[in-house]
Amino acid sequence: MTAPGEGAGEGTGTGSGAAAGAPVGEPLIELRGVNKHFGQLHVLQDIDLTVGRGEVVVVIGPSGSGKSTLCRAINRLETVESGTVLIEGQPLPAEGKGLAKLRAEVGMVFQSFNLFAHRTVLQNVTLAQVKVRKRGKAEAEAKGRQLLERVGLAAHADKYPAQLSGGQQQRVAIARALAMDPKALLFDEPTSALDPEMINEVLEVMRTLAAEGMTMVVVTHEMGFARSAANRVVFMADGRIVEDRAPEEFFADPRSERARDFLSKILKH
Amino acid sequence: MHVLTDNWSAYWHGFLGTLWLTLVSAALALVLGVVVAGFRVSPVKPLRAFGTGWVTVLRNTPLTLLFFIVVLGLPRFDITLPFFTFAVLALGCYTSAFVCETLRSGVNTVPVGQGEAARSLGLTFTQTLGLVVLPQAYRAVVAPLGSVMIALAKNTAIAGSFSVVELLGTYRTLNELGYGIVWTFVWIAVGYLVLTLAISALFNLLERRVAVSR
Repeated sequence: MTAPGEGAGEGTGTGSGAAAGAPVGEPLIELRGVNKHFGQLHVLQDIDLTVGRGEVVVVIGPSGSGKSTLCRAINRLETVESGTVLIEGQPLPAEGKGLAKLRAEVGMVFQSFNLFAHRTVLQNVTLAQVKVRKRGKAEAEAKGRQLLERVGLAAHADKYPAQLSGGQQQRVAIARALAMDPKALLFDEPTSALDPEMINEVLEVMRTLAAEGMTMVVVTHEMGFARSAANRVVFMADGRIVEDRAPEEFFADPRSERARDFLSKILKH
Repeated sequence: MHVLTDNWSAYWHGFLGTLWLTLVSAALALVLGVVVAGFRVSPVKPLRAFGTGWVTVLRNTPLTLLFFIVVLGLPRFDITLPFFTFAVLALGCYTSAFVCETLRSGVNTVPVGQGEAARSLGLTFTQTLGLVVLPQAYRAVVAPLGSVMIALAKNTAIAGSFSVVELLGTYRTLNELGYGIVWTFVWIAVGYLVLTLAISALFNLLERRVAVSR
């Protein structure tokens, strides 16, 4: 297979404008037969997953089910033992400049924010623009400030990450990822390390992105977000994808015993 | 006291020799140390193996033996250099192994998430190390690096036995002139103290600077 879609080189995916339920474009992220072990634990078992352009896929499941590993395998922060990961039809290179180049196209937001602790908020948002995208400093800063404005943190541009709350740090992290004009964004439990009152400010930013047609893979425990923003819900258990369906179907009528059990535990209190 | 005043020029030349040897070897050790530390944390297996080999060999060889290898060994391959350069090579390579390990332990104090975030933005390995990880490792590394540099300053004394003008070597001249051994050595020791205390002060300053930033 060669790279599908001539529109691939156009940069930001504004094409489909998919709100939840809208039709989605050609495959942007594909995992085929992906396997991985952590020692004895078979953490990813024959994973096949396709995420279309403009699609929002929410991955849920009990802890240890492999959902974070799945998310991290997409930009090869986690190596895989067998199977292939394709971004826009191109297999992810194992190492080196080629891998770095593809990673720049897929933004990632971490549970623990991982803002660069020795750099200001603005520098966090401009560093990779200058070093990877080779933009001029003025251009990068203008874009950085515009994105900080967008996540409501323009006033904090010159602070260091440690001076911000968790919710603010996570919004900066989203701005940092967006500054690269990524084709897709990966969220690895973006709200799990946040105080309850800060979860919504982050989810709000994510909802806006989803509504604007950003391709997103979101590992989360926020079922409200899954219901309202996702095109598909992927339910994982014991390293396998057990269900992969539209959110309204999944939450109303989970097919598998495993999913019913999981939902009953998290929704009943 | 008159040992010093009578032989001010001999002491001064010796002191300058030691100072110069320390500075040049330190520069070499820092450059090599950073490169080899980069090798040791890199994702490329042959580079890691080379880094490990470098550290293992140089850290576990007595420095005097290393001097012999350089001074007697290299000329066999038709590499003849001034004794000063030989001494810098021996001291610089030897110390680079310690610099490397100091840096590597500093790298390990930086949370892995920092490197992951950098890589996820498309930064290459070298950029990740140079722009994100090492600057944060730096604060953990300043104090132990000071110790390594002080050790280097004292290790330069060995070069005196290999025809390099340095501070300890002045004792031979003064001994032949018939000065008392005790005071000769007291002033040599003072010379080393001046140098090592200056290094301490420099690193204390650096430590305070990284403490206020961030």
